[in-house]
Amino acid sequence: MFNEIILNYKNMSESITTIKKSKYLNPYIGGVLLGLVLLAANFISGRGLGASGAIKSCIVSASTTIAPTASANLAFMKEYTSAHSGSPMKNWLVFEMLGVLVGGFLSGAIAGRLKFKVEHSPKITSKKRLILALAGGILFGYGSQLGRGCTSGSALSGMAVLSLGGFITMMAIFGTAFALAYFFRKNWI
Amino acid sequence: MGPLAPNELISENTNLFLAFIIGIGFGFVLEQSGFSSSRKLAGVFYGYDTVVLKVFFTAAITAMLGLLFFSLFGWVDLNLIYVNPTYLYSAIVGGIIMGAGFIIGGYCPGTSFCGASIGKLDAFVFIGGLFIGVMIFGAGFSIWDDLYLAKFLGSPKISESLGLSDGLFGLLLILAALAMFWVAEWAEKKFPREEY
Repeated sequence: MFNEIILNYKNMSESITTIKKSKYLNPYIGGVLLGLVLLAANFISGRGLGASGAIKSCIVSASTTIAPTASANLAFMKEYTSAHSGSPMKNWLVFEMLGVLVGGFLSGAIAGRLKFKVEHSPKITSKKRLILALAGGILFGYGSQLGRGCTSGSALSGMAVLSLGGFITMMAIFGTAFALAYFFRKNWI
Repeated sequence: MGPLAPNELISENTNLFLAFIIGIGFGFVLEQSGFSSSRKLAGVFYGYDTVVLKVFFTAAITAMLGLLFFSLFGWVDLNLIYVNPTYLYSAIVGGIIMGAGFIIGGYCPGTSFCGASIGKLDAFVFIGGLFIGVMIFGAGFSIWDDLYLAKFLGSPKISESLGLSDGLFGLLLILAALAMFWVAEWAEKKFPREEY
């Protein structure tokens, strides 16, 4: 057993130090870099990274443009506008997510990964994958509002500032996904 | 001294511009690490690809230690750093619903933008779903606003709740992460897959 422990640590250090044949960055290095980006966000803006909030801003912006009177009366909008002044789109997260699109695109371009495709397990059809993606997105969109953030804003950024709420949401997200994994395994493996 | 924007050392417009730059860094690192692939992301739940675990915890710990050290060096005032508030019930229920969304959809909001940026059509559809989900929440807000606002505990830190210092909690988190990385390496050897 002791030999096994040593072997596992050896494998771990090998995977950090050797150049494995991977088209992706070593995850531990990627993690450090992401941590530095998160640190920069906190140092510069006093807040962490996020994502779902940008979607909320778009919805608020679209609603108030399309139906201003009806929107003003909606409790959700009242709650939003009481917390945020100014135009909903002139918002930290909206600018950050635009950056994410650019950054992801640059990375994909450099790595030669730019391609329109539906990524799916060969055991299911593209159509099924798209239906699952839609369902997952709807659940995640709703859940992120209730949970006041997603894996970026609540879990990752929350952990970095030791937020109890962030930590709880993180445990709930990953715990639930693990618990349900068996039932959705045919879509992935 | 940081944080720059709350201390008004940079203007609001500069802050927004830097948000864009930070976003570029975020998107770039995510895509470089493979977070543009839903099959890679889902892998952590089946053991064949634990990139999510490794990147997530390494990043959280790096940023956490960074902030603690910056505070120690007098480079940042932690009192001006946003700590996510805790609304106990919605934090749990929201997390459960997101967890379901994750295993079904294979993305989260940030990674879906990353996937979309390289052309993943399933990511585009996921983003469409996000909009619908947010709209449902907004439209029916009066139905679940009680849950949304229930059990507000302020913005406590995990360390405070456990009666530990930030540094000691940080150390325990690092030890927990190392244990998880050890299990992750074992799992990837046990459930190998081609790279997605």
